[in-house]
Amino acid sequence: MAHDSGGKSFDLKAMLRDERFWKIAFQVITLIVVIALLSFFLGNLNRNLLQQGRAFSFNFLLSQAGFSIGESLIQYLPTDPYWRALMVGLGNTLTLVAGGIALTTLLGVVAGVSSFSKNWLVHKLSRLYVGLVRNIPLLLQLFFWYFAIYGALPQPEEQINVLGLAFLNNRGVYIPWASSAVLAVLGIAATVGAAIAALWLWQWRTKIRIDTGVGGQAQLTALAVLGLVWLAIITLGMNWTVPEGVEGGGVTGGLRLSREYVAALSALVFYTSAFVAEIVRAGIQSVSKGQWEAARTLGLNAGMVMRLVVFPQAMRVIIPPMNSEYMNLTKNTSLAFAIAFPEMYSIATTTYNQTGRPVEVFVVLMATYLILCLLITLVMNQLNRTVQFKER
Amino acid sequence: MRKLGLLAAALGLTLAACGGATTTTDGDEGATSSGGGRLDVVKSRGQLICGVDGGIPGFSFVDESGTYMGLDVDVCKAVAAAVLGDAEAVEYRRLDSTERFTALSGGEVDVLSRNTTWTISRDTSVGLEFAPTTFFDGQGMLVKTDSGITSLEDFAGKAICVETGTTTELNLTDQMRQLTVDFEPVVFQDADAAYAAYSEGRCEGMTSDKSQLVARRSTLPNPDEHVLLEVTMSKEPLGPVTTNNDSAWFDVVKWTTYGLIQAEEFGITADNVATFEGTDNPDIARFLGQEGTLGTDMGLPNDFMAQVIAQVGNYGEIYERNVGADSEFALERGQNALWTEGGLMYSPPFR
Repeated sequence: MAHDSGGKSFDLKAMLRDERFWKIAFQVITLIVVIALLSFFLGNLNRNLLQQGRAFSFNFLLSQAGFSIGESLIQYLPTDPYWRALMVGLGNTLTLVAGGIALTTLLGVVAGVSSFSKNWLVHKLSRLYVGLVRNIPLLLQLFFWYFAIYGALPQPEEQINVLGLAFLNNRGVYIPWASSAVLAVLGIAATVGAAIAALWLWQWRTKIRIDTGVGGQAQLTALAVLGLVWLAIITLGMNWTVPEGVEGGGVTGGLRLSREYVAALSALVFYTSAFVAEIVRAGIQSVSKGQWEAARTLGLNAGMVMRLVVFPQAMRVIIPPMNSEYMNLTKNTSLAFAIAFPEMYSIATTTYNQTGRPVEVFVVLMATYLILCLLITLVMNQLNRTVQFKER
Repeated sequence: MRKLGLLAAALGLTLAACGGATTTTDGDEGATSSGGGRLDVVKSRGQLICGVDGGIPGFSFVDESGTYMGLDVDVCKAVAAAVLGDAEAVEYRRLDSTERFTALSGGEVDVLSRNTTWTISRDTSVGLEFAPTTFFDGQGMLVKTDSGITSLEDFAGKAICVETGTTTELNLTDQMRQLTVDFEPVVFQDADAAYAAYSEGRCEGMTSDKSQLVARRSTLPNPDEHVLLEVTMSKEPLGPVTTNNDSAWFDVVKWTTYGLIQAEEFGITADNVATFEGTDNPDIARFLGQEGTLGTDMGLPNDFMAQVIAQVGNYGEIYERNVGADSEFALERGQNALWTEGGLMYSPPFR
């Protein structure tokens, strides 16, 4: 470096040639451009809103909504304020997300694993499903399920009775359900709790068997007891009500899943599962051939090779992209408004239409979906940590 | 020391850039605000952008030859003829019920002529200006003839299809609340999907403005199997809409609409407007711009109403050819007749 003239006298030429100066300068310039653009657009928005006499404000959330909503998890009346209507929408979105994630995981993994099946038909079906469903827009599939599949069900007067346990008609699907919401929540909690406990017991048993080579009988007994307790709670504790057909059409009792909900759920699950199936397939293929061969050499059958050796290793590749599929599913629930399912986006459009506050409502909408997706990421990152290689 | 010098130099550049940025922002702002009102925008563009529904026969729809037709469309044409002297200088934007107000206040369309009901909250809190009503309507209910439903009370436990973002959605809730009838609303964003769901049996009833139900019934698979209930659930004055705080443009839309009604009252039609050249009736002479400065005062050609009537016709002609006796719907004039004939169509004086 030949900057011996530096120090007191300021050498502009030398500075302009200095790489370090430009590194800082470019960052500063970029920042200024971003801030200037943002402030210009926000200022423009504010000016335009003021010009039309509408200052940016969220006070409208407290005024009376005045419209009715078809289905709701929480108590809702047309006299309730807009924020409560939006909560109803959020609740409906969450039921769609929860059902969607659970069923997508199941169907996606089954379809992905099936693509490795030695059975010609199962293999081809899996490939056909992925090839067909992945290449058709979700909105079309929503309309297809809503109008062509569930729309083809008969009128309530000629509804289909499934073994006296469930009913199908063009208004929805009626299934047996706990007699109260509290019991239903308890039942779901018991099922999740039992599943976690069972998984933990099973891992403990495997660990003991690996460490000592024998035993595991006590854990097996505990597992059986756990299963029996769970079965008892579910069969006896839930006070099940079974839907009953009414003379002349219609159903009482049980749980009604509206046609809008089942159509939206079906479309979302079938669509997202096709992507999940490819992720699972890629994950399994990422496990080196040597692992398959080594497992087979040990005398494991095909199912055990997959379950004990290959799949646990594939999980490392599967979990990260699953995160984005779950997020896609969450955001795609907003398309269900096209088939009249009253989810968050649907309620929000009604709200901004009645109040004339699109900017405020969209801020609420974006924040809601952002928070939902961040929560999913949080959970998935935790899960990812547990399946990665343990450095010892 | 050198590092500090670098940072100072970078900061200096920051400030300079900042100054530059502010000046450009100011310049842009000046440009947008000095652009003036919507009237100047439309004139310099040479074309009117009009928001319509596009799917309601009789009001706004695309015919076999691909041209827009209907009562709402003719209002767009009238405004274009008044401002630009050419009724065909219109670009139509199809808007659904949820997009329409955002498109209007965002400046995407100049005027909205899309079965929009005039209500106080839309006029005030949504920030719109309502031009005179071009169609007095009421909310009705369409049911299947064999459903056995004869009144709103029969809807207990039944489903009703409705389009979102409309006054009908709110009126329905109010009516049913008053009658304490527990019903299931099935709310569609798209009118086509709503009518499709109704016609294949998802809902026992379909509610909307009566004129729209009559028009839509004609597009259902078996129009004879559907009937309108003998109830009117609300007042639905439909008309063109502009945004708040642009009086000059609002005046143009307002007085063009009034002009259509006034022309019918004067008995001026598209066919006979030329014969009023040099008329000795001072009211008509002023109206057609042969005397006075009614048009130029508004920033329009003085003969703007003569252009409108010659190219589009008066209100009575528009009504009869789109929804009245000359159309397949054959709706009675009823409330939409002139005030002199027992209706509600009344224009303030042109003077």
